[in-house]
Amino acid sequence: MPEQPGIERSDTDRMQSEKPMIEIRDVTRSYGAFKALDDASLTIKEGEFFSLLGPSGCGKTTLLRMIAGFDNPTSGSIAVGGQPMEGIPANRRPTNMVFQSYAIFPHLNVEQNVAYGLKRLKLQGGEEKRRVEEALAQVSLTGLGKRLATELSGGQRQRVALARALVMRPKVLLLDEPLSALDKKLREQMQVELRRLQQAVGITFVLVTHDQYEALAMSDRIAVMFGGRIAQVASPKEIYQRPVNRQVADFLGGMNFVQAEIVEENGASLIVDTLGFGRIKTDKPKAFVRNGGGAMLGIRPERLRVLWDDATAKFEVAGKVVERHYFGEITHLIVEIPGLEKPLSVTETNDFGADDIPVGTPIRLAYDPEALVAMAD
Amino acid sequence: MRARRLVPGGWLSVYAFLYVVFLYLPVIFLPIFSVNTAATPKFPLTGFTLQWYEDLPRTPALLDAAWNSLIVGVSASLLATVLGILAARSITRYRYPGRRAINGLIMAPLVLPEVIVAISMLLVMLQLGLSLSLFTVVLGHVLICIPYSMTVLTSGFEGFDRSLEEASADLGESAFGTFRRVTLPMVAPAIISSLLVCFTISLDEFIIAFFLTGTDATLPIYIWGQLRFASKLPGVLALGTLLLIASFLLMTIAEILRRRAARRTQNEGGLYA
Repeated sequence: MPEQPGIERSDTDRMQSEKPMIEIRDVTRSYGAFKALDDASLTIKEGEFFSLLGPSGCGKTTLLRMIAGFDNPTSGSIAVGGQPMEGIPANRRPTNMVFQSYAIFPHLNVEQNVAYGLKRLKLQGGEEKRRVEEALAQVSLTGLGKRLATELSGGQRQRVALARALVMRPKVLLLDEPLSALDKKLREQMQVELRRLQQAVGITFVLVTHDQYEALAMSDRIAVMFGGRIAQVASPKEIYQRPVNRQVADFLGGMNFVQAEIVEENGASLIVDTLGFGRIKTDKPKAFVRNGGGAMLGIRPERLRVLWDDATAKFEVAGKVVERHYFGEITHLIVEIPGLEKPLSVTETNDFGADDIPVGTPIRLAYDPEALVAMAD
Repeated sequence: MRARRLVPGGWLSVYAFLYVVFLYLPVIFLPIFSVNTAATPKFPLTGFTLQWYEDLPRTPALLDAAWNSLIVGVSASLLATVLGILAARSITRYRYPGRRAINGLIMAPLVLPEVIVAISMLLVMLQLGLSLSLFTVVLGHVLICIPYSMTVLTSGFEGFDRSLEEASADLGESAFGTFRRVTLPMVAPAIISSLLVCFTISLDEFIIAFFLTGTDATLPIYIWGQLRFASKLPGVLALGTLLLIASFLLMTIAEILRRRAARRTQNEGGLYA
C-alpha cells in the first residue's frame, strides 16, 4: 500500500507477541447429556487482551473456570504457558481471577485482602509490604489499605479484587464479568482503565462478558460463543464488520439482512444479485457453504447514510421513511425499499437534522458495497 | 383505615397484653420470692433478703450438681457444634440425592416427644451395656442439641459466597488453609452462637438427664430433688433465678452473634454494595 499522508490507520494499537499463552484443544465439558462446552479449540497469545463473548449459558464462564482450575474438561486439554494443566489444582496454576462478585474477604481489610496470596510466599524484608503498596497504586487505591470491604464502594471493591490478583504476578489474569455490577458511567470508566492497566502490566487478560460493547472496546481479539461452541475468533473490528454468520451479526448490534442470488463464486469472492442493491461483489467468508443459489448479505445500520437534497453517491438506494426513533446523539430510521422484503434500519447522527425527517418522506441512502458482507448462513 | 392497621386498638391490644402477662408472670414470681424473707412463697411479701443466695455456695450437693451440669453442658455443646458444623456445611455446600431427607431427619428430634426420646435412649444405652453416668447424659443432650446447632450454623453458612473459598484457592491457598483463613473466621460468630445455645439447652434440660443419669445429678435434677423439702424451697427459687438470668444472657449473646454472622456473610459482593 502506498504511504498516505494524514492519519495512520491500523486495526490494532500495538504489536503483540505471537507466542501462545493459553492453548485450548478440543475441550468438551458435559453435564450428563448437556454439553456446556462442545469441542472448543482456541489459542490465546502472550500479552493479549482476549474476550470470551456470548449470551448467558454459551459456555464462556465454564471455559474460564476450566482455565482457572475450578472445573475440569470432560475431554480435551488446556495448557498455560506451555505447561499442560491436567491434574493441577487451582491453587497451583499460574492464573489469578477477578470474580464477578469480587469475592473480597469481608473479615480482612484492603491491605490484608491484597496480601492474602503473598502470605504463603513468606517474602523477606518488607518485600510483601512493598508489593502490596505497588498493587494498590496500580489500581489507584493508595491510602485506602486500612479500610474494610464493607466501607468500600462497588468500584473500589473491584479495584481491590484486581490488585489482589495482580499482586501475585500471574501469567494470565482471568476476569469473570468484572464490570457487570457497576453502573453505566463507572463501567465505561473502568473499561478504559482496565485496558490501560493491561497495557501497563503486559499480562495476558482473559475477559468473560455478555456485553458486546465492552468486548469491542477493550479486546485485542474476541471469541464469540453460542451454545457451547466458538462461532468466530477475530479482532473487534473484524467481528463487528465481518461476522461469519447471522447469529454473530445479530449479537454484535443491529444488522440489515438482505437476500441475494449468487451469480458467480470464485476463489475468495462472490458476485451476487440483490433486489435492492443490485449486483455486488463481496468477499467470500471462510466458512461459506453454498446452499442452493441463495446467499445472505448484511449491512450495519450506520453504514447507510442519508443523502440530502441533490447530493448523489456512486451507490445509492431509494425508499421511504416509515418509522423514526430519537436517541439523543443519533436517530434511528426505518426505511422501506421497494423490492426488499424487510425495511432497512439506518442510524444517522443528528448533526444534519435526521431527527426532523418526517415519517413518509421519500429518501435516498448511500452505501459502500464493501460494507455489504456475505455470511455463512 | 391506615392508622387502624398500624396501631391495633381495642380488644386486640388487650389480648396481646394478657398473652405476654400469661407467658411471663410465673417467671417473674421466681426472682420476687427468691428475695423474700418468708420460707413459703405467698403474698404478702414479708421483707427483702439475700440470705437464700448466700446459702447456695454452702450447699455441697448443689455445687456438685452445678459442676456436673457444667461438664455435661460444655461437652454436649462442643460435640453438638462440631457435628453441626459438618452437617451444616454439607447441607449448604453440596447437592446430593437425599439431602432434604437427611436435613429433615437431623431436625426431627426438635419435634419428637422428649420423654419418648429419653426412654428410647435409655433402652439403647442399656442394650449397649453402657452404665448410666454423665457420659450417657452428654450423648442424650448431643442428640437434642444438634437441631439447634444446625439451625444456627446453617444460617451462618448460607449466603456465604462460595467464590470466597474459590478466591482463596485461586490465590494459592490449600483446602485446609482456606478453611482456616476464610471459612472459620467467617462462621466463627455462628459457631460461638451455637455453643452458647447448646450449653443453655443442656443446662436446664430435665427429662433426658433424669432418665440417663446414674448417681450424678445435674442442676435440674438437684432442683427436682429439693422440691420434696418445703424448707429448701427458697434456695431452689434463688438457684432457679440464677439459671434464668444465665440462660437469658447466653441466649441474647448467641442471637447477637448469629445476626452478626448472617450480616457478615451476606454483606459481601458487589451486588449488595
